[in-house]
Amino acid sequence: MTGVNRTAADLIAAQQAGESAESIVTAFLDSIDSRESKVRAFLSVDRESALEQARDVDTRRKSGKPLGLLAGVPVAIKDVLCTRGQVTTCGSKILEDFRPPYDAHVISALRGADAVIVGKTNMDEFAMGSSTENSAYQVTRNPWDLDRIPGGSSGGSAAAVAACQAPLSIGTDTGGSIRQPASLCGIVGLKPTYGRVSRYGLVAFASSLDQIGPFSHDVTDSALMLEAIAGHDPRDSTSVDRPVPKYSNSINEPVGPLTIGLPREYFGEGLDPEVESAAREAVRVYEKLGAKVVEVSLPHSRYAIAVYYLVATAEASSNLARFDGVHYGHRAKDFDGLIDLYEASRGEGFGPEVRRRIMLGTFALSSGYKDAYYLKALKVRRLIKGDFDAALRTCDVIMGPTAPTAAFRVGEKADDPLAMYLSDIYTISCNLAGFPGISIPCGWTRGGLPIGLQIQAGPFEEEKLLRVARMHEQATDWHLRRPTL
Amino acid sequence: MTTAYKTVIGLEVHVQLLTRTKLFCGCSTKFGLPPNSATCPVCLGLPGSLPVMNRRAFDLGIRAALALNCSINKFTKWDRKNYYYPDLPKNYQISQYDLPFSYEGWLEINVAADPKKDYVPKRVGIIRAHLEEDAGKNMHDESGRGGDSKVDLNRTGTPLVEIVSKPEMSSPAEAVAYLTELRLLLRELGVSDCEMQEGSLRCDANVNVHIPQADGTVAATPLVEVKNLNSFRAVERAIAYEAQRQYEEFQKTGQRFGDVAKATAGWDDARGQTRIQRRKEEASDYRYFPEPDLVPVTVDDAYLEEARAALGELPIAQRARLKSDFGLSVYDADVLVRQGRASVTYFEAVAAGSGDAKAAVNWIANKLLQTDGAMEKIPAERLVGLLREQKSRGLTKQIAEQVFDSMLADGEDAATVIGKLGITAVDELTLVDIIRKAIEANPKAVEDYKKGKVAAAQRIKGAVMKETKGAVKPDTVDAMLATELAKL
Ligand SMILES: [Zn+2]
Repeated sequence: MTGVNRTAADLIAAQQAGESAESIVTAFLDSIDSRESKVRAFLSVDRESALEQARDVDTRRKSGKPLGLLAGVPVAIKDVLCTRGQVTTCGSKILEDFRPPYDAHVISALRGADAVIVGKTNMDEFAMGSSTENSAYQVTRNPWDLDRIPGGSSGGSAAAVAACQAPLSIGTDTGGSIRQPASLCGIVGLKPTYGRVSRYGLVAFASSLDQIGPFSHDVTDSALMLEAIAGHDPRDSTSVDRPVPKYSNSINEPVGPLTIGLPREYFGEGLDPEVESAAREAVRVYEKLGAKVVEVSLPHSRYAIAVYYLVATAEASSNLARFDGVHYGHRAKDFDGLIDLYEASRGEGFGPEVRRRIMLGTFALSSGYKDAYYLKALKVRRLIKGDFDAALRTCDVIMGPTAPTAAFRVGEKADDPLAMYLSDIYTISCNLAGFPGISIPCGWTRGGLPIGLQIQAGPFEEEKLLRVARMHEQATDWHLRRPTL
Repeated sequence: MTTAYKTVIGLEVHVQLLTRTKLFCGCSTKFGLPPNSATCPVCLGLPGSLPVMNRRAFDLGIRAALALNCSINKFTKWDRKNYYYPDLPKNYQISQYDLPFSYEGWLEINVAADPKKDYVPKRVGIIRAHLEEDAGKNMHDESGRGGDSKVDLNRTGTPLVEIVSKPEMSSPAEAVAYLTELRLLLRELGVSDCEMQEGSLRCDANVNVHIPQADGTVAATPLVEVKNLNSFRAVERAIAYEAQRQYEEFQKTGQRFGDVAKATAGWDDARGQTRIQRRKEEASDYRYFPEPDLVPVTVDDAYLEEARAALGELPIAQRARLKSDFGLSVYDADVLVRQGRASVTYFEAVAAGSGDAKAAVNWIANKLLQTDGAMEKIPAERLVGLLREQKSRGLTKQIAEQVFDSMLADGEDAATVIGKLGITAVDELTLVDIIRKAIEANPKAVEDYKKGKVAAAQRIKGAVMKETKGAVKPDTVDAMLATELAKL
């Protein structure tokens, strides 16, 4: 690998061999410049700040000072994470000019690891969507086929890595928003266990489901990045105080003996045959490596989408209440009275999908409906988690396709929310259970579109998850593919 | 008060906890800071910020609940109460809904007809006590046009405990007694300073009346929640006004409890009137749900034991002990207890040192507690000294009080003050001399005395006491004067 096709690990090695961070970062900034008109992954790029950070790394390296885990590596950030003094839009008009006065925990962690933040990436508004078409600003394209969507909601971050505009990026995953775009863009995307990475500074969509995780070309890079961002943060009460393993140290150790569980519910109706055969082929790779395969069942997963769209929207309806035009963010120019100020500001500021979900969530929590919808959904959520607990008693990891199809065309599902929601059918349960999951590339369709394999494990088993994913990677070369742009 | 109806009152009291920092962030809770200076991303509700529970606030809440004899939920969680208002930057309040940290307690109050004279205990039930964050303060007109409305978010996120009583008070005076006792308890425990003027104690009253009917049944009127009660006096007046208003309205409309929804009323202190603001059926649906940004709190027995042990002696126990150990009347005991633990301890020291509990309580109630800071200026052992001097020298009440005032002003002990004031012991010969002079100076009194008007001797005695500045025992004067008069 050369130039911007390289991985973060390649770039770290290159710097140790004498290449400057400045030249690396310059190359990626140039890549953003030249490819952005096609991909449109970024909402903002701060060239000067990125170069300054790179030069600082070079200076410190020259003077022999210690450097962080990701020194000089360009990183793109989903625009849902607060960056001090820099516009953080969440893909929404309502935060068009919002500059947070503080850095999110992951941003501080990345800065602490000496990563170079190059820009903020496009996303579905407030992370609500599966195609990044719900952004108020632009439509990001899939680098493998510019007529297609990159997946979502972290589509900008996924596309930026796939298009070699950055070797690493940060996404967030509430129902599949890292894994599904990783799958559709032919890269690796990891959703850690709920509580593994602090959510401080992540503008919440659904607080009990949101997690932050890496996008990368390969599993090793995701291990590196997770190592940099994971860990306890006293500012997030739901962040868990457990030691963070050195994921990158153990990454090349195969897991054995390995038992893989294939949920029968993940290989049924709605699954594209090409996707299914690629996933089954990936499982065969593991079998050749000595893994045992068992069938497992996640019987309540058929309720997962319904549960998700009650729990997530209920939380969202409350989380997004603060965007009211009073204290910050978009305020309508004309309004008559306080209620009208709220209505006009929110009506102008939010896009249709966000409005739809706020209404859905408000309804689900309303008196007279709460028992039948929200509270029932919480009960079924516990059953879904129980399915995972039971399945993982008979296997080490659960495998299946990440998404039922490869990337669809821009506009194809834009007017059909339910069809869009089904795109996350295999990824949603994992968030409801709070377990970690990873998507790795496992094939391409005949039409040249990437296909992802999802691997899920028990809580805080990221180390195992990464090692299992790495086994497949070592036996195949899907992760070496780069699109021509 | 009329007996045409019975007033039924339940109180919802919000008390600000005495923490240095807010409930979910590190901002200061100090009163009176410049507007919006005690704020941060968390209490401003900025996107991406997350709450972290202030353990100290939780501990204080537990302390209050235990003192109110509440049961404690060992598993308690936080909930979001959703409503839009500019003083609530997240547009939801973090509160507790179906699993408050405590429930089912009681508070003993004094319901004597004259609480200054008697102590008649009554238990008022507590339904629950829960924790929640405060909102900010709006200075507005609600038109929302331009810069007219202003919001100060310093108070946003301040920890509150809401204490909800059962509807078990039956007069405005009982409501005031409840608040008085609650304030005493919470101040004593360091839970809150309970300053109504600064908003650290706020009270809403749920009021209705029960009206006996000719057929022997009792008609209850629709419930009204009176808000914005900013002083004990306002609580008393508002309840009295509202009860009478409901009684009169019932005569006109015949509307009973259940016929219409609960209403909210404001109290206009200047006009002395309650005004109905809205019926609750028009009120918002708060869409409570568990706060996903906070983890539930669990407490164990060891924690509760420790908290219970740290409470110390509560007012109700103090009253009982002062009565049994020192023979004080319930009223005297209450006078001391009402003033807080410091005065009880002070009393105990003076009673023990002087061996006269009654004298001790009288001095404390009538003199010491009437002057701010007297307890610091006259430590218990100095008051003991004064009591001893008074007894041994036979000082009159007036002289002793004069000594007390000087002790207060100069910060000196009784003996020193007595010396300075020239109150010296008068020897017998000198006294005889003084008495004889007094007899000579009052021939009319002597004449009357001789005619059998024994009381006339008091006039001569007065002159003697004046001359000796009270530094002699009155009974000594009586005896010697009788002897001298007999010689005539
Ligand atoms: Zn604050």
